[in-house]
Amino acid sequence: MAKQLEKKHPLAVRWLHWINFPLLTLMIWSGILIYWANAVYGIKIFGYELFHFFPARFYEFLGVPFRLAEGLQLHFFFMWFFLINGIIYVLYLAFSGEWRAILPVPGSLKRAALVTLHDLHIVKKLPAQGKYNDAQRIAYTGVIVMGAASVITGLAIYRPLQLSWLTRLLGGYEWARWQHFWLMILFVGFFVVHVAQVALAGWSNFCSMVTGYEAVNTEMKIPVSSLNENEGVTPV
Amino acid sequence: MSEKEKKSTEIESEVLLEKVREIESAKQIAGTSDMQNSDRNNTAKILNEKRELSEPLSDEESKRQMSRRSRRNFLIGGATALAGIFGWRLMPDETKQNLFRRAFEFNEKVSQIFYSPKRLAPEFPRELAGVRVNGMEGLGGDFNAADWRLRVGGLANQSEDLILTLDDIKALPRVEMTTELKCIEGWSIVVNWTGARFSDFIAKYQPKTRNGNAPDIENNPENLLPYVSLTTPDENYYVGWDLPSILHPQTLLAYEMNGAPLTMEHGAPLRLATATKYGIKQIKRIGRIEFTNVRPPDFWAERGYDWYAGH
Repeated sequence: MAKQLEKKHPLAVRWLHWINFPLLTLMIWSGILIYWANAVYGIKIFGYELFHFFPARFYEFLGVPFRLAEGLQLHFFFMWFFLINGIIYVLYLAFSGEWRAILPVPGSLKRAALVTLHDLHIVKKLPAQGKYNDAQRIAYTGVIVMGAASVITGLAIYRPLQLSWLTRLLGGYEWARWQHFWLMILFVGFFVVHVAQVALAGWSNFCSMVTGYEAVNTEMKIPVSSLNENEGVTPV
Repeated sequence: MSEKEKKSTEIESEVLLEKVREIESAKQIAGTSDMQNSDRNNTAKILNEKRELSEPLSDEESKRQMSRRSRRNFLIGGATALAGIFGWRLMPDETKQNLFRRAFEFNEKVSQIFYSPKRLAPEFPRELAGVRVNGMEGLGGDFNAADWRLRVGGLANQSEDLILTLDDIKALPRVEMTTELKCIEGWSIVVNWTGARFSDFIAKYQPKTRNGNAPDIENNPENLLPYVSLTTPDENYYVGWDLPSILHPQTLLAYEMNGAPLTMEHGAPLRLATATKYGIKQIKRIGRIEFTNVRPPDFWAERGYDWYAGH
């Protein structure tokens, strides 16, 4: 069977993606070191707390307690690299045309639902797609929005006096901190699903994020005439 | 065509059709279905996304090319990752601390570019004011509020410390504000403060200047000594301030909290209260204020926190 090499990920996207991975990890890690000093959030229903962020065992396992200063040092150092990397990524998408592969359109939501049903083995048919399916488009555009929102909410709690208009817009200092925290949880959620999907998609898909290329089967066009022959179909 | 032949053709057609279906579904699963044909309204089509495909290659050739690319790219990526990890791990702690301190100082400079003393922190209704006690450094030992005096150094035309009483501070214009106190730990609380603006204090007790000329706060504040050092009477707690932040109208030398004189745990008889910096900078029980040309030591900055710690 013939193969074609598909150029999937430009060099810039691969670098930006892999640089972002440790940066985001460090931002989340240092964020948890900071959050520990005032760990007040949880999931509450009718005043009953189902889950508290985070259980003491979690902190002890990771060695989080009493590292606030270190958390602040890491957070306010690596934030610049996270921000710059993100800005370059957005600019690259905009000017290279790669945004065409990532942006969702209004109909994407419906197709993303079908993709989800397909991935859950509920329906067989996968909607037509380009490089990414519509669920991926929503997710990959979503993380850009989340990154921007993290920067904005972060600024609102970093400089709440100089940016008091922004802090007020977000509902005040306490709410901005809450939003900043939940954006982190969303990032972790994205990470878990992303890694699971990559694992399911297989090695050659993973390699394409390193090499840029993936070998795909050549598109098969079955000649109508072959249906009338008794020789059987052996697509080349 | 005999009945038998007809039957066999039908069966073969069935088999063929089944095979085509299998191929089609395999293509769909492989994600290589031709997006242009299967759905004219799909997102890739709408956004005019193009695929970049090489010429068809034999299996062997495609494997060869892919493994060449893999080898090269995994080597580059792996080397970069190792350099990052080991570079960081092998970096001496001192270098790291320097790096972080310089990052804090860089952030401070960026903040000061955007700083304006005219921009105010929001004020809150008085009834939202609460109480939370945190931080007892410098508040130990025998302390008699009645014997307390405020010493002020670095004043113009004054070589010795000036000694002030609480009444001297209370003689300055009395200002009340209800602002959000923010702790570097991440919590905040609305507090009502009463005291004298530090800017009013400095207008009366003028600091030395950088070039030694007479101070001119109105027209040439840049010429004033740029830092303020504040310490507790026992000198166990000490903070450093930049002049622009301490001159912000919402920085008070406070002697009352929530309508009552300060209690011991909140820094009686005189403390700093501000909306411009974290609680760690709002020193309790001020013993001495000094205007200075050098960046003053700071209790928490010495423990790895941001010296500026400003909003």
